[in-house]
Amino acid sequence: MSKASTPLDRIRNFSIIAHIDHGKSTLADRLIQRTGGLTDREMSAQVLDNMDIEKERGITIKAQTVRLNYRAKDGLDYELSLMDTPGHVDFAYEVSRSLAACEGALLVVDAAQGVEAQTLANVYQSIEHDHEIVPVINKIDLPAAEPDKVKKEIEDIIGISAEDAVLASAKSGIGIDEVLEAIVTRIPPPKGDREAPLKAMLVDSWYDPYLGVVILVRVVEGVLRKGQEIKFMATGTRHLVDRVGCMRPKIEQLTELAAGEIGFITAQIKEVSQTAVGDTITDAKKPTAEALPGFKTVQPVVFCGLFPVDAADFEKLRDSLYKLRLNDASFSFEAESSAALGFGFRCGFLGLLHLEIIQERLTREYDLDLITTAPSVVYKIQLAHGKGELDLHNPADMPDVMQIASIDEPWIEATIYVPDEYLGSLLKLCQDRRGIQKNLTYVSGRAQITYELPLNEVVFDFYDRLKSISRGYASFDYHQIGYREGDLVKMSIMVNAEPVDALSMIVHRSTAETRGRGMCERLKDLIPRHLFKIPVQAAIGGKVIARETIAAMRKDVTAKCYGGDASRKRKLLDKQKEGKKRMREYGSVQIPQEAFIAALRMGDEG
Amino acid sequence: MNPSPGPGRGAALRENRGDPSTALGERQGGDLALYIHWPFCVSKCPYCDFNSHVRAGVDEDRWRAALLSDMAHEATSLPGRRLTSIFFGGGTPSLMPPATVAALIAAAERHWGFAPDIEITLEANPSSVEAARFADLGAAGINRVSLGLQSLDDDALAFLGRAHGVAEGLAALETAQAAFARVNFDLIYALPGQSLAAWQAMLTHAIGLGTGHLSLYQLTIEPGTRFATLAAQGKLVPADPDHAADLFEATRALTTAAGLPAYEVSNHARPGEESRHNLTYWRQGDYAGIGPGAHGRRHGHATIRHRKPENWLAAMDRNAHGIAEDDILTPEARATEALLMGLRLAEGIDPAAIAARTGIATARLVDAAAVARLETLGLVAQRRDRLIVTEAGMLLLDAILPQVVAIG
Repeated sequence: MSKASTPLDRIRNFSIIAHIDHGKSTLADRLIQRTGGLTDREMSAQVLDNMDIEKERGITIKAQTVRLNYRAKDGLDYELSLMDTPGHVDFAYEVSRSLAACEGALLVVDAAQGVEAQTLANVYQSIEHDHEIVPVINKIDLPAAEPDKVKKEIEDIIGISAEDAVLASAKSGIGIDEVLEAIVTRIPPPKGDREAPLKAMLVDSWYDPYLGVVILVRVVEGVLRKGQEIKFMATGTRHLVDRVGCMRPKIEQLTELAAGEIGFITAQIKEVSQTAVGDTITDAKKPTAEALPGFKTVQPVVFCGLFPVDAADFEKLRDSLYKLRLNDASFSFEAESSAALGFGFRCGFLGLLHLEIIQERLTREYDLDLITTAPSVVYKIQLAHGKGELDLHNPADMPDVMQIASIDEPWIEATIYVPDEYLGSLLKLCQDRRGIQKNLTYVSGRAQITYELPLNEVVFDFYDRLKSISRGYASFDYHQIGYREGDLVKMSIMVNAEPVDALSMIVHRSTAETRGRGMCERLKDLIPRHLFKIPVQAAIGGKVIARETIAAMRKDVTAKCYGGDASRKRKLLDKQKEGKKRMREYGSVQIPQEAFIAALRMGDEG
Repeated sequence: MNPSPGPGRGAALRENRGDPSTALGERQGGDLALYIHWPFCVSKCPYCDFNSHVRAGVDEDRWRAALLSDMAHEATSLPGRRLTSIFFGGGTPSLMPPATVAALIAAAERHWGFAPDIEITLEANPSSVEAARFADLGAAGINRVSLGLQSLDDDALAFLGRAHGVAEGLAALETAQAAFARVNFDLIYALPGQSLAAWQAMLTHAIGLGTGHLSLYQLTIEPGTRFATLAAQGKLVPADPDHAADLFEATRALTTAAGLPAYEVSNHARPGEESRHNLTYWRQGDYAGIGPGAHGRRHGHATIRHRKPENWLAAMDRNAHGIAEDDILTPEARATEALLMGLRLAEGIDPAAIAARTGIATARLVDAAAVARLETLGLVAQRRDRLIVTEAGMLLLDAILPQVVAIG
């Protein structure tokens, strides 16, 4: 057990804002190493990103903290808490809570790449939280480094002074001491009355197989102690604190966390869904009068169906989803059945990245072979004759057109950064996706564009198109701006005159034909030729808007088959029959599951 | 080389379409076919996936003794049977010493006895060297040869890795026609770039050569061959399936018009000239197979000999037989084979006869709903007791079989 809490003026809580690949994790590692949090031997690259996916993608999914002890040049010992925030817009709310737990931020900018759009969104959030921002220009030892240009960009684009920016190379260990000094001298210490009733923010939570649910907290007022009975003000539940501690990054148990401090608690909580990010934790017996501002419940915005390729894996999928939900209360799922894909689950996510992360974790960590249906957003259907409003998560559930008065769809405001030469194609993409241009500015060879876009146009391969158009140079950020009415229709895909439920989608009337044609063309290549010709059609209501025909197969015969081939032919037949089990039949057309997967795959429709 | 069929004088295949009741009986009591594998070739052809090997020298005496022992082992398992056919396949059995061929034929007759019209076929390379041995092979008892002519175009022969040219091949064919009562030859078509007109011209030429039997194979890229590697590298582009279908249909039209209709997917014969030996495979008769890699079907067992020549020889020394695997076929497996093999024939199958032989009810053998569906597409037909794949269906046989065959 460690000593009691540190005086407020010796505490600094800060986050690191950086674009992917600009060196956030490397800098964090250096800071840990320099302050002795881990020995060199214990430093595996990028300690903070725990999950494989985080390591590979360089994206932080769960907030992490590290408490560093640093003796500054003034001779005093400081307690620095580094809050590593989730780095993607899908987790915007979580980011806002993490930032709310800090007083300042390091803005890490690549000396060769300059400021990126995604960085901006977090910088603005940080500014909104009144943070002191310390610019750190990283990778200054790269041949292509242009620190002066980057300083000017920071001043031009963000509008904060970069005169005192720290020049560093986290990789080479340059400027690390200067970064630590800047944290101590420039970021203000936290405030907070330690005598007041307990008021702490639930910053994040995760499930640990040994400790149960671990809760990351920032104490705002009062003191949080082991053995204390606490209350979650939004969810209304009470728990007994059985551990209090901090990460260095190894777990260190403490007796208490006082106002201004960041740390963790455990309280015999079994499921992450019992904790709500942004909730206020107070003393059950002596509660605070007012909860912290800014709490909200997060709602999934993107939905898709997840089906096991092998129907026998349904139970395994269910168990795996439950397990994932233990650690991630922000995604939802309910059982769904599809004539094409069998039994599966309709799942809701915070965004596309969140969807991909869950899908990847199911595949990798739980070894499941999955089919993911086309992602869709939540539509609000105004029913005719004043029969109220319906949230539509699945195109298959769309009521008959006669019962619909209007359909509203979610819109976003997107901020896109793109080098000049790709601007034309990018504007065209946004126009094609029904975008409304709000703003366009040029800064040193690059354009910043703001567009309002319907979210359903974005969940459908927008991000991939954006990347391919700009050869990966464009960056993209968005936030939701509410619902608007749209001329939306349900498009069905019919194979040999029979509708294929898993392929139906809700589209804007103006794009229906293009999307329908694209899907028919794709299916034409994906569905193997049969003994008869097969029409593939896209239709709205009863009206066919696109059609392709798969020609009948003409030749499939083994030329030679004699005595020695009988066994081989028999085994081949067994294999063909086994393959048939992976087929779904529509209008006597066998569609391989691979074809569904490929047809539904996001992002490769030209 | 291809183990391939040829005409057998006594192979009593009657035109079955008129009268199914006389159609080639499913199996006669004690009849047996014998396959003898000679695994050696001078060189390996780039399309060939058969069990053939190139060896610097072959100990002829040892091989003759071993093949005779392997045959003796089969004879002890199959007493009281009568041979209706013998087939020397390979490899290149025309490289066998005629004395070995003679010894094997004589031993087979001693073990089992011959049907009066026994068909004894040997696969031969159409080279001048081998043609010089045809007379001796005829004297040894061979009454039918199957020549690996493969093409009547020198460029195509070079592409196929064949050592002979067209002129040499045609000369060998002439020698064979003089030396043997029945001659078949093989052609490989649907080669990359082969036009419909070029194939029609070659086939017309081939038909004019006057044999009673033709084996006409579309080039198949088999895994594990040089062609497969070239195809994987994109250096060999197989014929487009639709174009290959056109060639197949042209083949059927020309051979039918010439009086050598297809009686199996790739085999064409004048009525009565069908390969009796190969019909045994397709009609699920019993056959013994000896020599490296040879397959046998007897008493409901499936036997496979050791494939590699050295392993087979070692097994012969060890066990006095070359069997590597001996599996009991379940009734379901036997019935499946009967359908898979039988539906390759123009005569089709008699489901009731297969049901009687295997004890599996016809309803379990054949998917009636699939048959009905395929009938409306004109791909299969039911003629009295028989189920056949039609002319139109034959090109799609591999897609039809998994639908029709209910068991398995």
